[in-house]
Amino acid sequence: MSAVDLTLAEALDRLAKKDISAVELTEAHLEQMAQHRSLNAYLVETPERALNEARASDERRAKGAAKPLDGIPLGIKDLFCTKGVETTAGSKILEGFVPTYESTVTANLWRDGAVMLGKLNMDEFAMGSSNMTSAYGPVENPWRRPGSNAKLVPGGSSGGSASAVAARMALGATGTDTGGSIRQPAAFCGIVGIKPTYGRCSRWGTIAFASSLDQAGPFARTVKDTAILLRSMSGFDPKDSTSVDMPVPDWAKDCVGNVKGMRIGIPRQYRMDGMPAEIDRVWTQGAQWLRDAGAEIVEIDLPHTKYALPTYYVVAPAECSSNLARYDGVRYGLRAEGASLTELYENSRAEGFGAEVKRRIMIGTYVLSAGYYDAYYLKAQQVRALIARDFTLAFEKCDAILTPTAPSSAFAMGEKMDDPIAMYLNDVFTVPASLAGLPGISVPAGLSDDGLPLGLQILGKPFDESGVFRVAQAIEDAAKFDAKPALLKVA
Amino acid sequence: MAELIAGKTGDWEMVIGLEVHAQVTSKSKLFSGAPTDFGAEPNTQVSLVDAAMPGMLPVLNGFVVEQAVKTGLGLNAQVNKRSVFERKNYFYPDLPQGYQISQFQHPIVGKGEIEIDLPDGTTKAIGVTRLHLEQDAGKSLHDQDPKRTFVDLNRSGVALMEIVSEPDMRSAEEAAAYVRKLRAILRYLGTCDGNMDEGSMRCDVNLSMRKPGAPLGTRCEIKNVNSIRFVMAAIEYEARRQIEILEDGGKIDQETRLWDTRQGVTRSMRSKEEAHDYRYFPDPDLLPLVLEDGLIERIKATLPELPDAKKHRFMGEWGLSAYDAGVLVAEQERAAFYEEVAKGRDPKLAANWTITELLGVLNREGKDLADSPVSAAKLGGLIDLISDNTISGRIAKEVFAEMVETGKEAAAIVEEKGLRQVVDTGAIDKLVDEVMAANQDKVAEYRGGKDKLFGFFVGQAMKVSGGKANPALLNETLKKKLAP
Repeated sequence: MSAVDLTLAEALDRLAKKDISAVELTEAHLEQMAQHRSLNAYLVETPERALNEARASDERRAKGAAKPLDGIPLGIKDLFCTKGVETTAGSKILEGFVPTYESTVTANLWRDGAVMLGKLNMDEFAMGSSNMTSAYGPVENPWRRPGSNAKLVPGGSSGGSASAVAARMALGATGTDTGGSIRQPAAFCGIVGIKPTYGRCSRWGTIAFASSLDQAGPFARTVKDTAILLRSMSGFDPKDSTSVDMPVPDWAKDCVGNVKGMRIGIPRQYRMDGMPAEIDRVWTQGAQWLRDAGAEIVEIDLPHTKYALPTYYVVAPAECSSNLARYDGVRYGLRAEGASLTELYENSRAEGFGAEVKRRIMIGTYVLSAGYYDAYYLKAQQVRALIARDFTLAFEKCDAILTPTAPSSAFAMGEKMDDPIAMYLNDVFTVPASLAGLPGISVPAGLSDDGLPLGLQILGKPFDESGVFRVAQAIEDAAKFDAKPALLKVA
Repeated sequence: MAELIAGKTGDWEMVIGLEVHAQVTSKSKLFSGAPTDFGAEPNTQVSLVDAAMPGMLPVLNGFVVEQAVKTGLGLNAQVNKRSVFERKNYFYPDLPQGYQISQFQHPIVGKGEIEIDLPDGTTKAIGVTRLHLEQDAGKSLHDQDPKRTFVDLNRSGVALMEIVSEPDMRSAEEAAAYVRKLRAILRYLGTCDGNMDEGSMRCDVNLSMRKPGAPLGTRCEIKNVNSIRFVMAAIEYEARRQIEILEDGGKIDQETRLWDTRQGVTRSMRSKEEAHDYRYFPDPDLLPLVLEDGLIERIKATLPELPDAKKHRFMGEWGLSAYDAGVLVAEQERAAFYEEVAKGRDPKLAANWTITELLGVLNREGKDLADSPVSAAKLGGLIDLISDNTISGRIAKEVFAEMVETGKEAAAIVEEKGLRQVVDTGAIDKLVDEVMAANQDKVAEYRGGKDKLFGFFVGQAMKVSGGKANPALLNETLKKKLAP
């Protein structure tokens, strides 16, 4: 078995036993990256830095001073500012922008000894569900439908992260999730991704899309691996006023798959008209696995579910229209000259932003403008409160909620591109929990009829990542998902 | 003092409201740790947050919040335990975020009231609508290069209190008195240094005109009027401009105008139609500000005695006139100086000497009380010499002039120059006898009924004594000896 096929936990174990060195582990991944560059998962590769960090890691370990993630090679979504390494958020407007500072989340990973392989492609400013909106080209999913050469999307917005981890180009990766940007690509690429409770991970140094929703989280190939990564990424940060000062548990200990006596909620309202049978099948199967493991399955109601997407597509664009105002061509990033100040703004932003970003800025500007604020933004905030209340009431009847992650498996590049609504529907199962700030994980649960991975989502109470990991582990244990992407089989 | 302005069609009344932007006295900015010192090299006091670098987040400065609460209490206003920071969205190069973090629907301070002192000694209550916290913008420098505009972000993110008054003022004098009183209160509290020259206090004037008793007219807002003198001049100009339009049958356009310092006129900046749609919404990077229990009470306990309370105490306890008390409390240092002078002495005499003599001299020389050559203790020493009859009031003025010149103690000057007043009855008798002997004709005239000559004898006797004769004693002796 190649070093890149190790899980993160196995790699830590081997490193500890000195069966493998951090340099060897890093080299194996750099080689894998070079081999699969056509996926376009990495925007920037940092091999020299990775090898230097790996060497330093081996020295620490030799001295018996190894840290929790020492020597683990990771990919970083390009939304995280990394000191001295170009950070673009997948946008042309930030082309060439090299931060002088390190985001709190990545700084936490480096503090714990992780090694940076490079920066990962993403939908522009994290807006998208296919990774097709990146200014630096789409990312390819390493999976293919058997017998088809159609290139598939990895999902989004953290498409580069999911593709890289699925293609063994990193042991794990960071992502961010605003309406499903970790969970949906994890499902499309057959890996695990968790969005923790809003406030768990500091947003400082992470480029903002929608501040009240954005939350960082990890990708890896097992539930336990994400638990290990999330522990390092989390923690109170006085530089983020929405960061929460709570102890960070050792979540890996929760990955034992014991769900005996737990009550698992199945929301009636998630059983939607026209939902593909395969999605229903894997969902029902998931419930059965949990029942077999001793959990009690209960039907629950989340009555405002149908309002979640429209609410999200008011709140997120409103915040984005304001958050992205700073990209004006004046201080950093792209500047397109103009004869007047207004022209400089117009030209820089017209040239720098892609179509999807522009669409959302315009929607957001509209819903906040005089005369429309009450009808859209204010109403959306009220509905958001009702959606959060739905969950509060549901959690009186259950300990965690099981749903499909996405309404379909990965689709082909180019599909849904001319229909933003169809694209937005990808997030139908992930958005409600984002609006409520709840933790959610996607675990691979099986294959679709055409041989592509399908994920199940587990949602938990605020700050109950422990419960989420417990249930996710039970699904992982039962699903025994060991299918591999077509790309790896070819190689 | 609702002063009416006569127009062609009758009298007009001004209706004035002021928005004052006061820079909060604080070492660091509202949402970042960058320093706030005035006059630093451009772009040397700018944090990553102030420059709105990608991924940066605001963190509220707790000290600034306390300053705002303190100011609210000083304005006799309602302090709101819960307030919300919102984003005010607009594009400008000196606004790096593309929005200003401000408070809109839920300000930290609500309704209050202050009392202004008018030149005729009367007072008037002016309502305060609200006080909210917000970020200052940077500065666009248009004069550094023929083609380009430079941006200095030192001020970007500095904490401001916007204090909005009710439209309660009816003349330029009232507006000036309001700004002066507000500045005095802020300075007493230590929440704003009130330096209008350095831009730490800036004024926007809202003005409309109406016939007395008529409903409110359409107002114009005049931006960035940066001294009390300009506030008055801008109001006078704008009132005339509006009257002229109205009397010619025109309508006032609701618009934002700028005060042109050089020309002494207001100019249109943007009309209501061109007004920005600021798209306010709660800042998702900041949680609502909830004041912890007991904070307001704790701050209340630290409040100093404020100008109005002090003024009333000076009037009540010490019998000063409203005018004198008002002058003395206008600045905290001045009031403290006076209180030191007055302690254990005649308070009215102390007030006279502080206001008329000392402040008069300092004013002429353009000095602050802090640079005064005569300390409170020394001025007190001089007053003691007057009170115990060592010197007369007239001699005291001479001594005071010498004190200002040399900074010496009054007693030392009196001794050195032998200015001690003659209180010895024998010596006065002798003096009077000499004068009467030398002016026997006048003595006869006086005794013949020409009473007015009494003053002549006082003058002569004083002259002979070198001004040192005790006036009361001299009068008494003269009256006795001149009596027929």
